[in-house]
Amino acid sequence: MSSTVLLTIISLTLLGLLSAVILYFIAQKFKIFEDPRIDEVQAILPAANCGGCGFAGCRNFAEALVKADTFDGLNCPVGGNATMTTAAHILGKEAIPNDPMVAVLLCNGTPVNRPRTSKYDGPSDCRISHNLYTGETDCAYGCVGLGDCVKACSFNAMYMDSLTELPVIIDDKCVACGLCVKACPRNIIELRKKAKKDRKIYVACANKDKGGPARRACKVACIACNKCYNVCEFDAIKIENNLAYIDAYKCTFCRKCVAVCPTASIIELNFPPPKPKAEVHEATAKV
Amino acid sequence: MIKTFPYGGTHPPDNKITAANKIVYLPLPSSVSIPLSQHAGVPSVPIVNKGDRVLVGQLIAKAGGFISANIHSSVSGVVNKIDKVLDSSGYKQNSVIIDVEGDEWISSIDRDPQLKGEIEMSGEEILNRCFESGIVGLGGAAFPTHIKLKVPSDRKCNLLIINGVECEPYLTSDHRLMLEKGDEIITGILIMMKALNVSRAMIGIENNKQDAIEHLMDRCKGIKELTVHPLKVKYPQGGEKQLIKSLINREVPHGGLPVDVGVVVQNVGTAFAVYEAVQKNKPLFERVITITGKSLAFPSNYMVRFGTSVSNLIKAAGGLPENTGKIINGGPMMGKAVSTADVPVVKATSGIVVLTKEESVRRSVEPCIRCAKCNSVCALKLEPYLLMALCQKDMMDRAEAERITDCCECGSCSFICPASRPLLDYIRLGKSQVLRIKRERTLEKIRQNE
Repeated sequence: MSSTVLLTIISLTLLGLLSAVILYFIAQKFKIFEDPRIDEVQAILPAANCGGCGFAGCRNFAEALVKADTFDGLNCPVGGNATMTTAAHILGKEAIPNDPMVAVLLCNGTPVNRPRTSKYDGPSDCRISHNLYTGETDCAYGCVGLGDCVKACSFNAMYMDSLTELPVIIDDKCVACGLCVKACPRNIIELRKKAKKDRKIYVACANKDKGGPARRACKVACIACNKCYNVCEFDAIKIENNLAYIDAYKCTFCRKCVAVCPTASIIELNFPPPKPKAEVHEATAKV
Repeated sequence: MIKTFPYGGTHPPDNKITAANKIVYLPLPSSVSIPLSQHAGVPSVPIVNKGDRVLVGQLIAKAGGFISANIHSSVSGVVNKIDKVLDSSGYKQNSVIIDVEGDEWISSIDRDPQLKGEIEMSGEEILNRCFESGIVGLGGAAFPTHIKLKVPSDRKCNLLIINGVECEPYLTSDHRLMLEKGDEIITGILIMMKALNVSRAMIGIENNKQDAIEHLMDRCKGIKELTVHPLKVKYPQGGEKQLIKSLINREVPHGGLPVDVGVVVQNVGTAFAVYEAVQKNKPLFERVITITGKSLAFPSNYMVRFGTSVSNLIKAAGGLPENTGKIINGGPMMGKAVSTADVPVVKATSGIVVLTKEESVRRSVEPCIRCAKCNSVCALKLEPYLLMALCQKDMMDRAEAERITDCCECGSCSFICPASRPLLDYIRLGKSQVLRIKRERTLEKIRQNE
């Protein structure tokens, strides 16, 4: 009885040892070396898996960072420069500072500015409406207003304004991942350089029609009249396809173009209130 | 035994209220806007300028590429301008706008209404004439006829099928044409047979058009190679793949064309246009259009010049009723609502359906209950519920693998869905995207080979 137990223990132990040795050599043979720095880098990434960097997820981006010789062209828009500096510190490479960006809607076609001429009752999907026709208005370039961008945003940085029927981008939450840019079938969301105090000056129009038809479809359409181009001292404005475009890298926020725009299609945002006079007037009225 | 295609299909109420109304010539409008892209393929290139005087039937735009068609003026008058005009595609397209003055035809057109039966031209000349006259398929896709009638050298075609099915509810333009221009259509078919060099042709007509079947059978008595076949009523029998399956039980392979199974399918309207072009030298500048709707005062069939605004047609039919919900370009199953009545009639327009608010309302969308009704009605054996889900999630590679490009957009799935899900809306979206991806892939290949 005792010999059977002993024999079993010994044989099983030997078998176990033998398997362990075989497995050890096999493991050595098929060993995959994974850079431990990948885990380290992944740990400091935001784990949003948004794809804003151009890779499938944060893990893939971490692998790319470890592999890359320089950080040129690699940027995590969500984490921003802080994250990239930490990653560079871990990997012993040099961080290349990137300008923080923010998404901007190039359309101001509210129901007041852009009258609705038909009614769309199909599925609530911008892509389908865009495929079907110009949309509820006569403008074939502007916002369809069915909120594909809002559905795409995974940072809750957008919402549809029921009054203007346009999406609103919350600057503080927007990480410039570009998901909304990809979702928009009309390509009217642009990533622009973030300026001090979130100040923005941009042409809120994407209509490439000539002045007349553009204006008939929408009151605040850019008619490519060249006035902003002529007044700009910094060569920041160019006119192409019947549309003015303000280069965010050259713009100095002098706001001269805003003043001359006849259709008010250039929008200024987050500037201090320009008219102290009006305030005085209000104050006296209250008294 | 009366034939039909074996799987799928629906029976929408046919509502052919204009079947007894004779074709009437619509009075000339005061101006027309003729879009330069009325056909499948490359838009045509205009050859007239602002201020030019044009006659009826004069060439105003040349074919812009291999798959393209000539466009002729449908009226006589002065070219007002060449500008972008909203057309039935929903977007602005370049169009030639002509102010109408009188009705002067170019002298080469034979305006004698007498039937001219004998075919003098050779096959090559017929193809040339079809190209010059800007003939395109009048069934709906508007594919240039001269290309369709030229069988590729590596294929063999032994049968011409003429599509007189007109399975779309409401529309009766082909039906009326068969009744009133039967002899011309038969001559047109013989011309196309000569061009294709085939010895047999079949006309397929659904048996809800008994009078047209009898009329054509009577007319082609004595012509051995031409037979008329009544078909069981089932939508979408007018699709060419379904029609081939119904008539001769051959199946067009996935991604293939009818010519792969030795068949060319042409519409009866095209046969009539070919007759007029070849025998009377009349280019394609007018066609029969049904203007219909239960709420209209005088729904009817009209012979309409291209470029005429839809609002003119509606005016002729008694004006737009008060409670109109939608104006549909085409039939109610496959057609597309237009955003304004000022869109021009083009070569591909087969009818205008005016629906009331109650008829056009979309029911609220409910969740899919996996009843598979859409699967069972799909004549192409697709899975519409799956394709819709894939398109919603933007999984176009998977949608391509599920043969989304085979879809003929007949709308049976959306029609039958008890949860009123927008199946066709998403499939159409996916189909257009997959086709775009495929086009880009081909271009990429060409670029790499260079």
